[in-house]
Amino acid sequence: MIRRTGWVIATLLSHWRRHPLQLGCLIVGLWLATALWSGVQALNQQARDSYDRAAQLFGGQAGQVLVSTDGQAFHQSQYVTLRRLGWPVSPVLQGSLAVSLDGQAGSVESLQLLGIDPLTLPPDSTLTRGSATADVAAFIVAPGQTWMAGDTLTRLGARSGDVLMSAEGQRLPPALRRDELPPGVAVVDIGRAQQLLGLPGRVNQLLVTEQFAAEQPAVPDRLSLRWDRREEADLQRLTDSFHLNLTALALLAFLVGLFIVQAAAGLAMQQRRRLIQTLRACGASAGALLIALTVELVSLAIVAGLLGMLTGYLLAGALIGDLVASLKGLYGAEVSAQLNASWSWWLSGLAMSLAGTLMATGGHAVAALRQSLVPSRQPPGWMQAQGRMLRWLCWGSLALLALAACLWAVADGLVAGFALLGSILLAATLALPMLLAVLLGIGRGLARGPVSQWFWADGQQQLSRLSLALMALLLALAANIGVGGMTEGFRRTFTDWLDQRLAADVYVRPEGQQQAQEILDWLQARTDVDDVLPSWQVDSSVGSWPAGISGIIDHSLYPRTWPLLEAQADVWRRLQSGKGALVSEQLANRADLTLGDTLELDTPAGPWFLELVGVYPDYGNPRGQVLVAAREFRSRWPEVGVSSIGILADSDPAALAQAIEAQFDVRRVADQASLKTYSSQVFEQTFAATAALNSLTLGVAALALFSSLLGLADTRLVQLAPLWAMGLRPAQLGWLSLAQLLVLAALTCLLAVPLGLMLSWCLVAVVNVQAFGWRLPWHWFPGRWSQLVGLALLAVLLAASLPIARIARARPDNLLRQFVHEG
Amino acid sequence: MKADIRVLIVWLLFLVVSGCEQSGESEQGFAGLGAQAEGFEPVKAGSALRFPDDHLPHPQFRIEWWYVTANLKDQQGRDWGVQWTLFRQAMQPQNEDQAADGWASAQVWLGHAALSNENLHLYADRLARGGIGQAGVSAAPFDAWIDHWSLTAPDEVSTEVAARLGDLRVRAEADSFAYDLRLRSDGPLVLHGDAGLSRKSQGRQASYYYSQPFYRVEGMLEVEGEPVSVTGQAWLDREWSSQPLAADQRGWDWFSLHLEEGSKLMLFRLRSDTGSPFASGSWTTADGTTEAIDSSKIFMQEQEHQRVAGRKLPVSWRLRIPSRNVDLQVKALNAQAWMGTSIPYWEGPVRISGSHDGKGYLEMTGY
Repeated sequence: MIRRTGWVIATLLSHWRRHPLQLGCLIVGLWLATALWSGVQALNQQARDSYDRAAQLFGGQAGQVLVSTDGQAFHQSQYVTLRRLGWPVSPVLQGSLAVSLDGQAGSVESLQLLGIDPLTLPPDSTLTRGSATADVAAFIVAPGQTWMAGDTLTRLGARSGDVLMSAEGQRLPPALRRDELPPGVAVVDIGRAQQLLGLPGRVNQLLVTEQFAAEQPAVPDRLSLRWDRREEADLQRLTDSFHLNLTALALLAFLVGLFIVQAAAGLAMQQRRRLIQTLRACGASAGALLIALTVELVSLAIVAGLLGMLTGYLLAGALIGDLVASLKGLYGAEVSAQLNASWSWWLSGLAMSLAGTLMATGGHAVAALRQSLVPSRQPPGWMQAQGRMLRWLCWGSLALLALAACLWAVADGLVAGFALLGSILLAATLALPMLLAVLLGIGRGLARGPVSQWFWADGQQQLSRLSLALMALLLALAANIGVGGMTEGFRRTFTDWLDQRLAADVYVRPEGQQQAQEILDWLQARTDVDDVLPSWQVDSSVGSWPAGISGIIDHSLYPRTWPLLEAQADVWRRLQSGKGALVSEQLANRADLTLGDTLELDTPAGPWFLELVGVYPDYGNPRGQVLVAAREFRSRWPEVGVSSIGILADSDPAALAQAIEAQFDVRRVADQASLKTYSSQVFEQTFAATAALNSLTLGVAALALFSSLLGLADTRLVQLAPLWAMGLRPAQLGWLSLAQLLVLAALTCLLAVPLGLMLSWCLVAVVNVQAFGWRLPWHWFPGRWSQLVGLALLAVLLAASLPIARIARARPDNLLRQFVHEG
Repeated sequence: MKADIRVLIVWLLFLVVSGCEQSGESEQGFAGLGAQAEGFEPVKAGSALRFPDDHLPHPQFRIEWWYVTANLKDQQGRDWGVQWTLFRQAMQPQNEDQAADGWASAQVWLGHAALSNENLHLYADRLARGGIGQAGVSAAPFDAWIDHWSLTAPDEVSTEVAARLGDLRVRAEADSFAYDLRLRSDGPLVLHGDAGLSRKSQGRQASYYYSQPFYRVEGMLEVEGEPVSVTGQAWLDREWSSQPLAADQRGWDWFSLHLEEGSKLMLFRLRSDTGSPFASGSWTTADGTTEAIDSSKIFMQEQEHQRVAGRKLPVSWRLRIPSRNVDLQVKALNAQAWMGTSIPYWEGPVRISGSHDGKGYLEMTGY
């Protein structure tokens, strides 16, 4: 039995020896599909792992902490007071620290320094659970330890036991590897963190146990502390959408890849029908054949899947740099740049490849097995077959459209947004053959003369075999138009917005209240400074969303330049009166605020009620923002010093920025131009992965087309031979075939444009709002569409040239032979 | 639930401090207390204790504790036991200023609180760093605390009373229990061993050790939300050392007993891996006159064993001091008085019968 099955397999496989290109297409299709999917999954997994490490650092899902009401570091005596009241709090001091490896002062890297007290840490923290925690005494007692994850150590070029130096020349305790820590974080004893950050006696967060956080008892009045969420706990929530975007794109790429597989496998099965009939006639059972076909498919899936996984890993490696940069730029999320492929990743990738293969080819295999033993003399009634297929596709399309309509009407949220998008895309794809058939039918009705009529009628027949490749083309094109339009629209909006928003010439972030005053005085005395706009900021929250509150002064620059999305009349005067506030678009969306609503801000002086008088765009900021009058702000947060100074310069801003840097010990001074460059960079990085995936998808669609056209010359000759017999030259036949293909492709492109626009609208109006919290103005890019369509037609031309050339150069004997088969 | 890290922490504190590379319970006695103590001050004969100064921490010594046990009775006549302990552990030798220098302080404080009756044994523990005010002991008025647990003298107490810790309030609060007791004593402090220098082996191991065993107690317990009014007796132990155990000493059995006619008896036995146990004790009459009892005159006999927390422990004892006509039956009020804290041990109230009646506390470590 086994031996017989072996023979059956060998016989079946012999087909691929004769058609290596077909095999190539099949493998390349699967390879690409798996590579794109697994590459993106590797990126997502990497990011999630980093977020998990960050979220688990202090344990607890809620991530509740106590912070000072003014958002600044506070004295540890408040911690002691709470402990003496029996509160299970644990102090944390967090700050960024520039470090370099001892003896290599050149390469300075920035770390998040985290000072903890290991004795009071909540029991559900990663730091408490890790096995290496055994060494807590060594952590506390001098020289102590600096705990860092392996990827952080590698980034610094350090190893366990190495000593890092801070930029101020202080030694950190020797490094110790603790992989459960988030990337970019260094943990030291809180006393050492106070020294290193120059904040003796200060802490900036108090952790609590999860159980205690759930109760959220009221903070005693004499303490200036309030409940807050740890930012790390929000990372998952904030970045979810970003990753969902990537996943959706990867899924699309995977689907388009499967079209190649489907096309190649369909052709192979068709060509092997005779072979299978013969094998069955020779006594091979349907069971043996089924086993043989399954073995063939599974091996294909595994070989191509493994190749795909390897490529996906490389792809992820190539994209991770951009991903890390954009996540940091967009969300402040620290993600390790060291790619880490887990077992689950390998397994899920291979499973995806296997499932894809079975999905794309299983139908063909079953159909081949089901056919009758006796070879049919009658050519299959393609008209009926096509009619059946079109009806099924139409029903499928209608069902998906109905689903889309339901989703549009009732569903809310990002996943629903993507589902809506997916169902519209798929519905359009399934409807494509029907639409093409209708269009060809119209063409046929308009046609005059026999050749012309044949041209349209034959085009309809070709639809059956080409529809899959055309569907892939439609998908890829629409995705390109949609995503490209969204990206490009965003780019324009973002650039305009940056121009308006960064109206001052130089921006300075002073370090501490004293320095702020010194800088202000210094600026006042200069002649090249026109005006100075200080602002005050604290971290707070609105509803449950983290938000920064900024106090701005009364200055004509704001009404002139600050971009607004919607506002009440007289918005700036109402703001400065202390009764109104402006919020950023994402905060308005998330906290569900509309103009006229009342906003409650938690201040050290008690709750502050403000009317929402305007909403402004704040692209690229994961946190919400509230703008209030500086005067009122300062009376409520008297402790908070100037956190940012905008300067209107009279002459060269870059020179002024340099002068400030030279005069004061500030790390954060930037002139407008360099700020813009930096912001645009972050933007480009954000969409680098998207753009790369997009182009790859288009490439894959071209391949799908190529693999469908592969057998074209062989099969077409049967249909073309009668025309040759009636007097058309082979070259004419070649041109006619090419024209048919181009018409089909052009019609597909025509349909892809509106579909792409719909997709773009979905992205801009639904997905983006959910994902980032902002809505973009609508932009049209006809130039880009025609470019894409031209590109697609060129791809069709290239893919078709080889088989068409074979038709055009067909020799008479070859054409004559077609009639022999008929006999 | 994950293994409590703090078990490890405290173990390691003891071990790291020892500077000993091979860590192992058997080589360094119970909780590493038999480990070498380089850099710490040794316990020396001839240095007289001074009060109230010696009520305060001695950071140049490695370990130290303030230890209160109380035998109480409620209005229904039920017996209760209460324990309140503050341990200090120095991770490296420091003087007073360094020990108070914020996070740079190498002092780690550990609080234990327990409440027992015949059927119930509740306990809790707390850990804190020294130097920042979260835990510590201060003078004038005397105050020993860790978080919200405290052992405090009232503000208005006289110098004389303060010197012998004659008036204290002890408080602790945990998830399932709480207590708030007033402790008053008219008796003097009791110095054990040779004027407060208590030998712990035939070798150099010793500690400074004194007690205030004469407290009368009044106060409230709260057990699982229910208030219980109690009265009774209490005993305060103060002890500090740098190496109280010899390397071969595994643990101890310690008795603090209130006898009915007013006398107080302290007895302990340090068990050795290699030789016979080292025993010692003090007999204090009701007027405070104290006499050390020589090892050779003490006979301690384990009588009944029970399985407690997976170990076999002697929960009933026969204690004899023939020279004083003492022959006591001592029996645990609750055999399951196991302190499953970071350093686990047995500590609970006992009942005394035989030549004398009475009540007291028993502590057994290293089982």
